[in-house]
Amino acid sequence: MIQILEKYSNACGVSGHEDDIRSRIEENVRDHVESLSRDFMGNLYAFKPCGIQNAPHILLVAHMDEVGLMINSVESNGMLRFVPVGGLDPRLLVSKRVILGKERIPGVIGAKPIHLQSRDEWKSPIPLSGLYIDIGASDEKEAAAKVPPGTTGTFQTRFEAQEDVVFGKAFDDRAGCALITELLMTEEDEEYPVDITAVFTVQEEVGLRGASVLAERVHPDFTIAFEGTTAGDVPRENFASPSTEMRKGPAISFMDRSAIGAPRLISHFKATAEKKTIPFQMKKTVSGGTDIGVIHTRGGIPSMVISVPVRYIHAPRGILAVDDYKNTFRLAKAALMNFKEVL
Amino acid sequence: MKTEDMLKALTEAPGISGAEDDVAHLLRNYFARLTDEAAIDKFQNVIGVKKGRTSGGKLMMAAHIDQIGFIVKTIDKGGFLRLAAVGGHDPRVLPGQSVVITGREQIRGIIGTTPPHLQKPGDASKVTSLDDLYVDTGLEEEMVKKKIRIGDPILFDNVCTRLQGGLYTAAAMDNRAGVLVLLETLKILEKMKHDWDIYMVGTVQEEVGTRGAAMTAYEISPDVGVAIDVTFGDFPGIPERDTAKLGKGGAIAVGPNFHPGLTERLMKLAEEWEVPFQKEFIPRPGGTDAVSMQIAARGVPMVQVSIPLRYMHTTVETLDVKDIKRSARLLALFSAHIEQAHREVVG
Repeated sequence: MIQILEKYSNACGVSGHEDDIRSRIEENVRDHVESLSRDFMGNLYAFKPCGIQNAPHILLVAHMDEVGLMINSVESNGMLRFVPVGGLDPRLLVSKRVILGKERIPGVIGAKPIHLQSRDEWKSPIPLSGLYIDIGASDEKEAAAKVPPGTTGTFQTRFEAQEDVVFGKAFDDRAGCALITELLMTEEDEEYPVDITAVFTVQEEVGLRGASVLAERVHPDFTIAFEGTTAGDVPRENFASPSTEMRKGPAISFMDRSAIGAPRLISHFKATAEKKTIPFQMKKTVSGGTDIGVIHTRGGIPSMVISVPVRYIHAPRGILAVDDYKNTFRLAKAALMNFKEVL
Repeated sequence: MKTEDMLKALTEAPGISGAEDDVAHLLRNYFARLTDEAAIDKFQNVIGVKKGRTSGGKLMMAAHIDQIGFIVKTIDKGGFLRLAAVGGHDPRVLPGQSVVITGREQIRGIIGTTPPHLQKPGDASKVTSLDDLYVDTGLEEEMVKKKIRIGDPILFDNVCTRLQGGLYTAAAMDNRAGVLVLLETLKILEKMKHDWDIYMVGTVQEEVGTRGAAMTAYEISPDVGVAIDVTFGDFPGIPERDTAKLGKGGAIAVGPNFHPGLTERLMKLAEEWEVPFQKEFIPRPGGTDAVSMQIAARGVPMVQVSIPLRYMHTTVETLDVKDIKRSARLLALFSAHIEQAHREVVG
């Protein structure tokens, strides 16, 4: 079950350049849906009708893009300068490996050796203006030929499993993409009692851009967004809320900065979890926004977000508990199979 | 044994100061193929001896095999590990790094960070000190306690990667690059005659105070010593005069730590045989194995060659393999001429 997540996590797709991850999703869902299409922004639509007349139409949504960086100039010595795409803490970029562009050109973000620093330098983070990507090019011409300005890049991170957890990049939101993919891959003898349109969106990390155009195209009755969200069950002094916790099951958001979850949907998911004895938790922070923020207001579409807790999102490598992923799948599947209860 | 393959194997072998077993065994196996005797001493120093024609003197070349890292200081509630530093770390390099704990078995972990979504205003302008950093293995406390013990070594997860040109990046280039110079020198010496016995030594515990070099130089008591290490590669923001350029050859050190006559001979050899080299001026002994070798036992006249390395003591230390090969060629020539040079300038 974790293979799809692995494949998606290892794919590239910085906001605005989602081709690689999109083609991998297409490969996986093609045989399980009636139709696949794209819009001009790059959102991927997969339609899976149930054949029942007047069945409710459910939109499942997850974003394909990940945070990363964009090269914006090349220095005469062949070093590349860059800007972050999406919410990236520059402190996390120091001493990291990146891969750039379609050819996945490897590069490193170095730092001055400790030996040449004054003690004071340690007290403040290295600003973005002090960071460079070194691809080993000896001059500007060689560097720009390999990595022209405008190229995007992401962390060079391998997906790894260890006991009951997995490590990888971009679980926000490849976990969501993988879960929707698995929900679409139904067995021959099972059928959802609803029409499903799954949309894998672009540019969520730069302001929910892809999702902004899809409500007018899909006209769903309900929306369920799938996310990889912050797990805060880590040592932090004076930390009031752990947001979500690993190994406590899927997290349901009652509210974030972009939307309030539809009570009808939330009640249905909670009741389903209790009926099927699937663990779940309510997300305890209301920070951040998701694609439903720009979907639910288009004509009033009841929407909710269900998430897999992930430690260290927007970082080179995150950690996710396999059971949380599986339980999110089980809960979503059961909730969709029994969707009549919502109506 | 291809140079690039050895570089990969050497940089990816674990060996923080005081726990050099893995890299020591790897090096002994390499030495076994290239020297007459290869052994590991009780501190994990690795010594390979290649006999000369007359055995009229001893030339010792040292490169340290240890790397910087951490040890597990405590296992906190929730199974999170706190770190004690082994060697010098910039705390700003650490957040978000992948690490491997090499105790009973290899366990992966991440040096934890707070995502922007959960940060408080002002957090972004702060540096988290080592005391406040922790390693998250993702495992439950009970499992962590079963698999990890206090004192277990922690090192950066490390894959050696080729960049453009002949550049390679890895953690622990400092000083596996120097270790590779020893091996490349031996490869050349298979076809080059030398009178003296050559002692190739992979030293331990350099990063915590050049201790392995002190032990082995005392034990071997060489007539001449060579320290091989890394030096600061060119990097934006550092004055050019303080760095060596990647791809322009090894840097020969000049300063009180080094024998002026032998150093001059080394440079002359390089010029004569057209081996590119650079110079590095070190006003005060310190920082490499040469510091303890020079004053070991009755004293050892020293020279030093360093490989230019960008981003030293980070996880992306970057170098040009050409510099390793050229330094090896120079040191093979030095080995072939050492009997005469010693007679003429040391006496």
